Amino acid sequence: MELIRDLVVQGAQMLLVVLLAPLVTGVVRKLKSRLLRRQGPSVLQPYRDLLRLIRKDVVLADNASWLFRSAPYLIFSTTWVAAALVPTFATGLMFSWSADLIAIVALLGSARFFLALAGMDVGTSFGGIGSSREMMIAALAEPVMIMIVFVLALLAGSTQLSTIAAYMVSPAVGLRVTLGMAFVSLLMVGIAETGRIPVDNPATHLELTMVHEAMVLEYSGRHLAVLELAGSLKLLLYLSLIACLFLPWGLTLPDASAWMYGIGLAAYIAKILTGCGALALFETAIAKMRVFRIPTFLGAALMLGLLGTLLLFVSRGF
Amino acid sequence: MPMFLLLSGIAALLLLAILAVVFSGSRFATRLVYGAGLLLSLELLVVGGLHLLCDAPPLALSLPLGLPWIGAHFRLDALSAFFVVIVNLGAAAACLYGLGYGQHAEEPSRVRPFVPAFIAGMNLVLLTADAFTFLLSWEFMSLVSWALVVVEHRDPRTVRAGYTYALMASLGTFALLLAFGLLAGPNGSYGFAAMRAAQVSPSVGALVLGLVVIGAGSKAGLVPLHVWLPEAHPAAPSHVSALMSGVMTKVAVYAVIRIVFDLLGTPHWWWGIVLLVLGGASALMGVLYALFESDQKRVLAYSSIENIGFIFVALGLALAFRADGFQAAAALALTAALFHAFNHAILKELQFFGAGAVQHATGTRDMERLGGLIHRMPVTAFCILIGCVGIAALPPLNAFASEWLIFQAILLSPSLPQWGLKLLVPAVGALLALAVTLAAACFVRFFGMSFLGRPRSEAASCAEETDGFSLAAMLLLAGLAVVGGLLPGVVIDALGPISTSLVGRHMPVQASLPWLSIVPIAASRSSYNGLLVFIFIAASSGIVASAIHVFASRRIRRAPIWDCGYADTNPALQYSASSFSEPIRRVFGPILFLARTEVEMPPVGSVAPAKFKVHLEDLIWQRLYVPVTGIVMTIADRLNVFQFLTIRRYLSLVFLALVSLLLVLALWS
Amino acid sequence: MHGIAFDVAHLLAGCLVLVSFLMLYQDRLYSLLNTYALHATVLFLSVAWQAYIQNAPDLYVTAGIALVFKAIIIPVALHRMIVKLGIHREIETVVGTGPTMLAGMGLVGLSLVVMLHAAAGANLMAREDLAFALAVILLGLLIMVTRRNAVSQVVGFMSLENGLILAAAGAKGMPLVVEMSVAFSILIAFIVIGIFLFRIRERFDTVDLQALDRFRGERQ
Repeated sequence: MELIRDLVVQGAQMLLVVLLAPLVTGVVRKLKSRLLRRQGPSVLQPYRDLLRLIRKDVVLADNASWLFRSAPYLIFSTTWVAAALVPTFATGLMFSWSADLIAIVALLGSARFFLALAGMDVGTSFGGIGSSREMMIAALAEPVMIMIVFVLALLAGSTQLSTIAAYMVSPAVGLRVTLGMAFVSLLMVGIAETGRIPVDNPATHLELTMVHEAMVLEYSGRHLAVLELAGSLKLLLYLSLIACLFLPWGLTLPDASAWMYGIGLAAYIAKILTGCGALALFETAIAKMRVFRIPTFLGAALMLGLLGTLLLFVSRGF
Repeated sequence: MPMFLLLSGIAALLLLAILAVVFSGSRFATRLVYGAGLLLSLELLVVGGLHLLCDAPPLALSLPLGLPWIGAHFRLDALSAFFVVIVNLGAAAACLYGLGYGQHAEEPSRVRPFVPAFIAGMNLVLLTADAFTFLLSWEFMSLVSWALVVVEHRDPRTVRAGYTYALMASLGTFALLLAFGLLAGPNGSYGFAAMRAAQVSPSVGALVLGLVVIGAGSKAGLVPLHVWLPEAHPAAPSHVSALMSGVMTKVAVYAVIRIVFDLLGTPHWWWGIVLLVLGGASALMGVLYALFESDQKRVLAYSSIENIGFIFVALGLALAFRADGFQAAAALALTAALFHAFNHAILKELQFFGAGAVQHATGTRDMERLGGLIHRMPVTAFCILIGCVGIAALPPLNAFASEWLIFQAILLSPSLPQWGLKLLVPAVGALLALAVTLAAACFVRFFGMSFLGRPRSEAASCAEETDGFSLAAMLLLAGLAVVGGLLPGVVIDALGPISTSLVGRHMPVQASLPWLSIVPIAASRSSYNGLLVFIFIAASSGIVASAIHVFASRRIRRAPIWDCGYADTNPALQYSASSFSEPIRRVFGPILFLARTEVEMPPVGSVAPAKFKVHLEDLIWQRLYVPVTGIVMTIADRLNVFQFLTIRRYLSLVFLALVSLLLVLALWS
Repeated sequence: MHGIAFDVAHLLAGCLVLVSFLMLYQDRLYSLLNTYALHATVLFLSVAWQAYIQNAPDLYVTAGIALVFKAIIIPVALHRMIVKLGIHREIETVVGTGPTMLAGMGLVGLSLVVMLHAAAGANLMAREDLAFALAVILLGLLIMVTRRNAVSQVVGFMSLENGLILAAAGAKGMPLVVEMSVAFSILIAFIVIGIFLFRIRERFDTVDLQALDRFRGERQ
């Protein structure tokens, strides 16, 4: 019985993230349009785009290799597995112990590795630009992520997301400046990693500063659909990660009753929608940075993370 | 019995080296040498592996060789057995590769005798149990590898590489000699057993640590003693490069562990700091050098420096934890270091084999002249891809498992009582995270420039897939990398006896855990399951791909490259290796390499090409080695006077020396 | 009660260090002034909290001084001064932002280690307060060292002084008289610096300290 319930929760979670991901993209786009006083496409538009793309032929460059054709599926599945291991509405997932926070970050790293390779496969200068910049941004974002993991692991005594989330809802947390700093630096890393304004612009194709769009330039048809879905999934993953780590209220703990799961689900959706709203507002209010301002941006995030670690050492209990 | 098998195997390898000289003219010499080398190293591998897996007690043996009053002592314990496994796994793969690759060499008779001798030398270092035999085998190993470095002796760069290597190797052996002298103490007991029993004072211990870091660290390629490595490793033929970079650096790691953890007695907490700082610096500098390099084999050599940095950071953590009595954490860090050494040996050999195959197929190692090889050499490309994913420490392959363990050990550092360590270790952790992602960037560049895109030269566009033996060796190592990533628990359990004997505890037994996951300390703290992650990824990508192909479209149309409508047919206009690393160069170059860029625009109206130059300075070379060389040259100039004295003056010098020695003797007591 | 009291004090002191870092990160004069105002506001909150938990009414006066003078009057005055003098609004740094912040990180680590060693006997709250205060002081010095512009040096100096106030508030029982005199000395220093700035501007047409060095004949 236990096992079945755990399996159901895990399965529901996997399906939930993949079904919800295009909606998140749609909501952010809609809100951004409304903030700019435009009507904007329907929030369901990403679903329609995906269906349309899936049905189309793939137009493949003459010299595209097997790596180019298999990369989208690899990227998608790696991102999906990572997203499925982040607690969304309930902790105590069946397989959450198969990868901790470091492994989830590294799984995203695998996806990025193949995306960067796919960008270089055909041998165009746009693809090369995208890959090279993506790797630079990732290289600067990763140390920040490790500092955040360090802070959380130090507080919660674990790198398992379920355990950290359970610790964060407990009253033992208290009021800590360190957590605030970790929160802000996680936001900054999330923005950089998901390629949002001010680091990258998800809306344009032809801008010299583009990163993600440059890598997927040669893709079409079902391959593009899978990559788009993977992109949305990554955005949802970061939103869920932030929600699970820093806004864990309403998260269903293990061995709760059925209606608790309902509450958990409602709270999760509310949190994600709030996140979308905040993101849309932030993106509308801020301008895109020059590429070589990004190191300073991420450097500031790293300083926050380091400072948070230092402050943690002098605070209560350490 | 195992001891006898091992030593006779080594003797047979030495004999094989002599046979290789005798039969150097024969047509079958390559087959004979590499085939017999393969069999012998497999024999050593099996004996060492069985000793490790059976958790057998240490075996000792003395032979009446070497110095008459000491003899030659040999000992096989868990640590030696593990490194015997690494060395002979690498050697077996290199011999298998050599069966094919050795045929193409220009002057095979210059390589063949030294390869079995090199393997024998490395094995001998691992088995010796007294300082004299250790140093003798160490020097033998260095000498033979030097002979392999200067195989292509007509190239002036090779000669220079050989010269640098010979200098650094002598320096290293000298430092080790002094270290053993200090360990032996005034009683002059050169056996490892006596050193283990004796306790050295803290100041002597610190001195020994410093000397070992110089001696073994220079062989391993620790920054700032790494300068010879990127010159010497690539200069040798590829299977030897693989042995040097993948395996010989591990012998150096063995020397550090043997002396610091085994012979030196109780550590001090700040000893860890030395290894942590040097390891962190090596990890970052190694990968940055690799990113700015366009020669394939040099990239790989620099990446070895990075990985040695990881191993030393883990060793430093183990030392610090052990000094403060956290045995479980020390066991975790030590196991992580050993596991990473094992993984790096496999991956680095694999990549050097691939680079060798590419060099044979295209005649160049310069990434700026390669490209598109994935179409011409599909199997090689696949193997190298696995090697790249592995060495970039991405799940679910093996190096991720070991680096994950290192990060878990770093996360335990706040329990250390010393403030210096508490603050240093997180910073080193951030540095390692930076190095890991930079390594990913480096190997995206490595693979993308060599195998993807369009061919940048004639040679690259008509390359051929390499021979069957080479492919077999690469596939074998790629398979090991995958298996090691999916079942890391097996390796971790095999390492248990080593950490028990060196730090007093071992990591929790992993084989008994459900689903074959790995758990560093406790399941509630952290766990990782490579197998399950791999199954999930494979299943979900399979499901998605087949669902789309069945229910939606599966048609493909081939068309010219789009590139936003700007597609250019000239392959020279692709992104190049140096443009790929430009963003990273702009971030780190100005500080760490004093990078400057120069743009020369032709005057208006002229049709001359514009020029773009990048200057990078190797600060370590400029600030450390150039002054030292200068001082040595100045002293040599001064001493030059002694070359031109009369006989009478020479005689009076000898006389003076004799009298002063006698005076010292008189005043001493 | 003790837990919350400690947590809030810690939070506010930590925020003060953070705002010091924000000041290091700024590259415009106006935003630097705004950040300084924020710095003073956080100081006000921190000192007020100390006054509340130590039950020391005289600390409220200190807090009030911090709010009125440092968070409002001085930034506004400096704002006007910049407008009046037509000072170049970009801050010229001696070293890049990244290395400066790394150095700042090292200074924070250093001050934590030093204070936790030196004040091992003191109670937890005073100890961490002192550690943070030392960090703020060192960061203030760092701002002064790495900035070329005279105005930003003034700001660095005042943030340094904020660190002193934080230390004083944490170590119980600093007499009000000392407190007042410190505050007034700062005010006087500010006025003197202001007058100097005007004079310098009149004389040399710039407040870039490099230019001043040149007039002293130190740099050709």
